[in-house]
Amino acid sequence: MFKLEARPQPSKAMSFASPLIALALTVGVAALLFVVLGKDPLVGLGAFFVEPLRGVRQLTEVALKATPLILCALGLAVCYRSNVWNIGAEGQFLLGAITAGGLALWVTTSGIHASRWVWTPLILLAGVAGGMAWAAIVALLRDRFNASEILVSLMLVYVAQQLVNYLVFVPWKDPMGFNFPQTKTFDSSTWLEMLVPRSRLHIGFAITLALVGVFWAFLFRSWRGYQLQVGGLAPAAARYAGFSARGALWTSMLISGGMAGLAGAMEAAGPLRQLTPHVSTGYGFTAIIVCFVGRLHPVGIVFSGLLLSMFLIGGELGQSRLGLPNALTGVFQGLLLFLLLACDTLINYRVRWQATRHVAVAKSAAPVTTKASP
Amino acid sequence: MNEIALLIAATLASGTTLAMAGLGLLLNEKAGVLNLGAEGMMLVGALAGFGAAYASGNDWVAFAAGAAAGAVMAMVFGVLVIWLNTNQYATGLALTLFGGGLSAFVGTNFAGKTLGDRGSVGIPGLMDVPFLGPALFRQHPMTYIAIALMFALGWFLYRSRSGLVLRGVGESPESAHALGYRVRWIRLGAVMAGGALCGIAGAYLSVVRAPLWVEGVTAGSGWIALALTTFATWRPARVLLGAYLFGGVTMLQFYLQGEGVEIASQLLAMLPYLSTIVVLALISRNPTWIRINMPASLGRPFHPGS
Amino acid sequence: MLRLELIKLSKTYPAVKANDQVSLRVKPGEIHAVLGENGAGKSTLMKMIYGAVRPDEGQICWNDKEVQIRNPQEARALGISMVFQHFSLFDTLTAAENVWLGLDKSYTLADVTKRIDQVSKEYGLDVEPMRPVHTLSVGERQRVEIVRALLTKPQLLILDEPTSVLTPQAVEKLFVTLRKLASEGCSILYISHKLDEIRALCHHCTVLRGGKVTGEVDPTKETNASLSRLMIGAEPPQLQHVQARLGDTVLDVRDLSLEKLQHFGMSLAHISFNVRAGEIVGIAGVSGNGQQELMAALSGEDTRAAPDSIRLFGKPIGNQPPARRRREGLHFVPEERLGRGAVPTLPLAANTLLTRDEAVRGGWIRVNEVRALAEKLIANFNVKAGGPDAAAKSLSGGNLQKFIVGREIDSKPKLLIVSQPTWGVDVGAAAQIRGALLKLRDEGCAVLVVSEELDELFEICDRLVVIAQGKVSPSIATSQATIEQIGAWMSGLWTATPEAEHVQA
Repeated sequence: MFKLEARPQPSKAMSFASPLIALALTVGVAALLFVVLGKDPLVGLGAFFVEPLRGVRQLTEVALKATPLILCALGLAVCYRSNVWNIGAEGQFLLGAITAGGLALWVTTSGIHASRWVWTPLILLAGVAGGMAWAAIVALLRDRFNASEILVSLMLVYVAQQLVNYLVFVPWKDPMGFNFPQTKTFDSSTWLEMLVPRSRLHIGFAITLALVGVFWAFLFRSWRGYQLQVGGLAPAAARYAGFSARGALWTSMLISGGMAGLAGAMEAAGPLRQLTPHVSTGYGFTAIIVCFVGRLHPVGIVFSGLLLSMFLIGGELGQSRLGLPNALTGVFQGLLLFLLLACDTLINYRVRWQATRHVAVAKSAAPVTTKASP
Repeated sequence: MNEIALLIAATLASGTTLAMAGLGLLLNEKAGVLNLGAEGMMLVGALAGFGAAYASGNDWVAFAAGAAAGAVMAMVFGVLVIWLNTNQYATGLALTLFGGGLSAFVGTNFAGKTLGDRGSVGIPGLMDVPFLGPALFRQHPMTYIAIALMFALGWFLYRSRSGLVLRGVGESPESAHALGYRVRWIRLGAVMAGGALCGIAGAYLSVVRAPLWVEGVTAGSGWIALALTTFATWRPARVLLGAYLFGGVTMLQFYLQGEGVEIASQLLAMLPYLSTIVVLALISRNPTWIRINMPASLGRPFHPGS
Repeated sequence: MLRLELIKLSKTYPAVKANDQVSLRVKPGEIHAVLGENGAGKSTLMKMIYGAVRPDEGQICWNDKEVQIRNPQEARALGISMVFQHFSLFDTLTAAENVWLGLDKSYTLADVTKRIDQVSKEYGLDVEPMRPVHTLSVGERQRVEIVRALLTKPQLLILDEPTSVLTPQAVEKLFVTLRKLASEGCSILYISHKLDEIRALCHHCTVLRGGKVTGEVDPTKETNASLSRLMIGAEPPQLQHVQARLGDTVLDVRDLSLEKLQHFGMSLAHISFNVRAGEIVGIAGVSGNGQQELMAALSGEDTRAAPDSIRLFGKPIGNQPPARRRREGLHFVPEERLGRGAVPTLPLAANTLLTRDEAVRGGWIRVNEVRALAEKLIANFNVKAGGPDAAAKSLSGGNLQKFIVGREIDSKPKLLIVSQPTWGVDVGAAAQIRGALLKLRDEGCAVLVVSEELDELFEICDRLVVIAQGKVSPSIATSQATIEQIGAWMSGLWTATPEAEHVQA
């Protein structure tokens, strides 16, 4: 029988090893799945893990897709460490795209001329504001009405999706767009500057990496970061210490909303340059997985963000090369998270093999010699 | 008049999905386990049900397939959360994401396929009664099963000893364990039963309500069902009531569109989600009320032998 | 014939050998004490008898036959019943439902309700079957547990520290019940660390220390000193007592009233008492009478009190949060170590930041200073730990308590409030903690101690008050108080006498 035994101290080694073990197991299952589907497992795995890294162009694509994932995940890490369960990053992302896109549209249609260095900061800030505002609704309802942030943030995702649809189908529809649900293409002065020429990788990636450092410092060296995490680890201790639970709620929601909104703005002003109903391919949800696989740690999140970006690209490649449905990515992502959570148990518990005890059972009276004489 | 009867009928039909899922989640939560994977289980159940109906042409086979799929998914969740003590929220989310991915992936085989003409349903005799007939008695059997299930669950939880044990486990698993009850197996049973019901709800959705397969056919019903248990303060009859209320709101958007109301369809589509938020806010306002009714161990991990 | 015999029973956990070749003999109708301090292995031994845990070595014999007890149901089937120290009750269910769940399936609820009435009358244990458990006091809850055990018609009843939640008068009533049971042939295993009770009640006593049996004696023929020697290997440590040198009034609580926040809580009503510099005031009382609510109001975790109902050096602080109160010199040690006094998974260094923010400058934490503080506390307060990076949960109860108490004492408080200073702490650490409190008081600090252990309060406090039903009694000098009087006050039976009030002035 396997038995789980609590460790006196959480194991640092397992903290690092657990995501790697989970990844290895996922790869194993993936290979099996390919075989079951009648495809060559090596080609299949290659599409996910090797192809996306071939060449500078491909690498920039990986970095490009990783940008919104990492941004959202950084904000979510703060939330989850504070035990605030924001799962509506997708909705906050969309609102960021809407507000940033709205500003870009206005610039485009108003004809005011200014350089990118004027518009880009404003557009990105608009995105941050949009995401924060959407997240603020969640925080307010939790603060005032004690409503579950899980359910409210989730509901707001659906509302945000409908909002995007409405905007691109009705008021913001490009009158010259052949009735397709999409806005005008934004004026080039609103586009993000490219980081690597002749690629789609924009400066958002650099901003993201800088923010990784900021978040590391916030979580592990700042007083506020400490207070938030104590609130997540032991709420009674936080109350004892006098750390405000309400402050933790608002801080973490606004930070994660702002980051998701920033990601949305970067998507709109970066690769897309317009708004369509397909602004997000579920980045907000994938970011949740990125967050956990990255151990809720800013540096880990960079790695897991790149990894899951590879999954996303691999899914597309799998579709074009092997005829596998793109939805396969979703299966792998979910599987990775499951396996990670299972492997995480090993951080706090050891597995022990305990042979079932076989004790000689004498059903009748025990031999007199074993009894101590009265 | 006829329109109102049709609206009532549509509400009942639409609410049945939420009712089955809500009752399943209620069972989960009474045992103290919060399963955020409802949406994933419903999607997988919807897929399994659709596939089974497509292959066999039989609704009941479809429901059985949905139940089995939901139960298997729930079992994976249960083992992780109950034996390995993984974080309940994260694991539930993983279940939703995985279920979504799996159903989308396997569902590509069925993209755009429909199940053909379903024929008419209803209780013979009663279904022709003026007004009440079209309003109440022309439902698929699953609607009536949901109502019966509510009564059965109420009896089980509040009048049977096993139900008492379940409530005890949800209230204080440590005490139940000290008394010798096998808390983990009881919880697993509740989780799997809840998963089966969510699977049936999904199958009902894809086979009866929208008899064609589309990715993400549940459109958030699993999450609304989760809100339902809070809204219903964990009592079966109120779950049903809430399910019909939300079902009604969902139907309302189509009704309003049909009436030519001057609001864009996308904004109307927001109605069920906005109303869920409003209801959640109103219900959660009173923390004492929640505390008395909520199973005390909900969401918290249980360590036997501690 | 022996009712129960344990032969060389052993149980090893990863870090410790909880029971080492323990042998025990209980005759039918005998009240047998199992004496030992916290951590001696009493709980583990009982869990093996009760079937919650399997022994690694050794044998258990029941009525002279060897048995395997694999789970609590098998134990119950044999006739072994247990009343836990921490009740296994379900708050939202009625007493009858709770009892029903503790019995095996063959009874109906109606049967059980009838039997509860019978048993209550027969043994003098008042229990109203239809009341939900959350409305019952702690003493009443214990009666439900005992009735539940009695309904299984036990041949052996195990009681784990039963008197920690009872007033002295209630303890007497319990002893009457137990003696009646024993006279009917039921054996009783009485687990305790209270020497007086064991000497008053029990026929026989097995003493455990560090997992081993150190003695098997007739307690009626022993003294507290000899029992203590068996239990901890020495006489109980003597604490130095110096006459109190009183200074100004530091804490002044006047007419503090607070509505309960939690549905199952206790409202506070018109509480008044004070604490002066250089003295230790103790608050006695059975748990569940408002101690937690009072502590929360004093520490600042609850800021709803009227500002001038709580004054520190004359300044109203009733609505201030904890950090402000700490800056004024009020420090607090809560009764829960893990989860409230310290964060279990964080290292000791990080745990200093809960109440000490000297290492925080401009919103940033200076990691080296934090570690240095933790190292200082570990050294000065004799904390056995793996260093400042050891997780709080890796420490034993006593050592973690020393760390937390040390953290607060080291901040040079003007008022130290301590709740249950030695709960679950081994005797050695308990003596160190009590010594540290006395030293603090001798240096001129004001100290307020809340404890459920009357012995402890009588040992270290200069003055006592009693909290009952959310109200607080007048204070009385410890030298003038008796256990009987305090026991009566614990049931709420005090009068505001002129002499008592005079002591406060």
